[in-house]
Amino acid sequence: MTAHLTLLADILVRATPLILTGLAVAVAFRGGVLNIGADGQLLVGATAAAWVGIVLTPTVGVIALPLALLLGAVAGGLWAFVAAYLRTRFHVLEVISTIMLNFVAVYVVSYLVRGPLQEPTHIYPQTDTIPSAAQLSRLLTSTRLHWGFILAIVLAVGIWWIIRYTAAGFRLRATGANPYAAASAGRIAIRQVTTKAFIASGMLAGLAGAIEVCGVTFALYENLSPGYGYTGIAVALLADLNPLGVIVSGILFGALESGASALQRDANVPATMATVLEATLILLVMAGAYIRARRKNSSALITPSLSITG
Amino acid sequence: MTDAMTAFLEGTIRTATPLAFAALGETVVERSGIINIGLEGSVIAGALAGLIAAGHGGVWNGFAGAALGGMLVSAIFALFAVGFRSDQIITGTAVSMLALGGTGTFYRLLYGASGAALTTPTLSPTAIPFLSTIPVVGTALFAQPSVTYAVYVLIPVLWWWMYHTHAGLALRAVGENPNATIVAGISPRRVQLIAVLIGGLLGGISGGTLVLAQAGTFAEGMSAGRGFIAIAIVVLGRWRPWGVAGAALIFGAASALQYFFQALGSHLPYQLFLAFPYVLTLVALATARGRTNAPAALGQRTLQTF
Repeated sequence: MTAHLTLLADILVRATPLILTGLAVAVAFRGGVLNIGADGQLLVGATAAAWVGIVLTPTVGVIALPLALLLGAVAGGLWAFVAAYLRTRFHVLEVISTIMLNFVAVYVVSYLVRGPLQEPTHIYPQTDTIPSAAQLSRLLTSTRLHWGFILAIVLAVGIWWIIRYTAAGFRLRATGANPYAAASAGRIAIRQVTTKAFIASGMLAGLAGAIEVCGVTFALYENLSPGYGYTGIAVALLADLNPLGVIVSGILFGALESGASALQRDANVPATMATVLEATLILLVMAGAYIRARRKNSSALITPSLSITG
Repeated sequence: MTDAMTAFLEGTIRTATPLAFAALGETVVERSGIINIGLEGSVIAGALAGLIAAGHGGVWNGFAGAALGGMLVSAIFALFAVGFRSDQIITGTAVSMLALGGTGTFYRLLYGASGAALTTPTLSPTAIPFLSTIPVVGTALFAQPSVTYAVYVLIPVLWWWMYHTHAGLALRAVGENPNATIVAGISPRRVQLIAVLIGGLLGGISGGTLVLAQAGTFAEGMSAGRGFIAIAIVVLGRWRPWGVAGAALIFGAASALQYFFQALGSHLPYQLFLAFPYVLTLVALATARGRTNAPAALGQRTLQTF
């Protein structure tokens, strides 16, 4: 029984950042923003949370945890804003800019954990462990499962409700479906909508990083993310960009990846197999959309189209 | 100081070579109206295929294998982006993931979980008589592995092909207005398919260069975003072979700055230099100002059917 519980908990622990990055990608894609940079936004979010945990906890005490999560989200949002600004102001393709920002984030973390934020003994390239005041408490005491998972579920439901029932959600969907129609028929300020969607997306990814630091790793190090941001793309697409579906596909990919880690450990099957599976799933979703469109004999294109002119 | 300068110039050409291959390939692809983010996948597949093929018959066999590997990956992209008219960005991202994960898996299965450093003979520099003795720039430009000289040849050939042949005209026409070319008896799908395959071939050679002329070994993810940077280089080079080659040189210089500063004995954090090309990409794209010269149909998915 406990073995099964541990296994389930491990899957949900792995699913937590995937649900959040999946949500980040879903929000962005729904608004026609192709944010491929969730991985970088996650890393800066993790960095901000680690900084709060190590540097600020002694002064702020009990609010260290909420502050770490909040600043993690803000940092992710700011990182995304760079790409949003480049897109609206200079028409820079966000696909390229977010990928570049992913690499920059990796080197920022690399510098910090070998420099200003390195643990006191200066042996390992990682930060000190964050104090317990900044740690997320366990959901089940005997497992690694933490409250971040519940937070991710609540956010998924909240975002589903916002997209479906609010005016802001309608503006997001309208802009994503056809920015020109949204601007002319709906008087929607599409630049504002896309910028907000981009920032919200970055905040979700940043929060994923903060939760990972406060709930799982308790420290910042270079390979904190095994590509959570990229997997988030597969998670979101498999869920057809539906936030509730993201919960399901997030858990599915969580199982896939924690299974892959176990297979590597026990059967020597490379864990990179999971990436191959994820990519194959994305392609299968695309092929499925093509077949559906053909069967309907329409030229309807299911996935959001690239809008180069911004 | 002169040592630092020589190291810098030599490093510039060395880093620019794989970037130029990939970017020139992507130039052909984008001129047909397709944007292939999966280029990164072709580069990494080329690197691994190059290593494997070189183990069975030498360096030149390796390059052939690299070209084939890159082309194979781009064929997957073409099936979806050209065949199914799927979203090119999402398809490209998936293809990159597939190739990055696939090469990692394949390498570990072939050479063990640790991925023990497997080395392959590399192309040694071939100095061109007379030219390589030119002061300052001579060794940097003309004492390189011969694959670099292939880039020197590729640039004018590609330029001539794009602007002075029928096929080149068809390529550019499809990128501007694919539906109009149908009336002229050209099949846009066929042109785009061939363009994507050429792009994959050159992307594969780019990866092959990394292994067979530089590192001498394969490492997971060793393409390190070069495929993505190449796409920025195409924008910066205004979708023209000479411009793209020039832009690749600028990026080579940006990456080589670290050799310059190392030679001067600088103590700046090395991450600063590693991050610099990526930051430069952002700045370059912002200053490239709009999309003038971009093929009009770039990224467009719908095709008229008659």
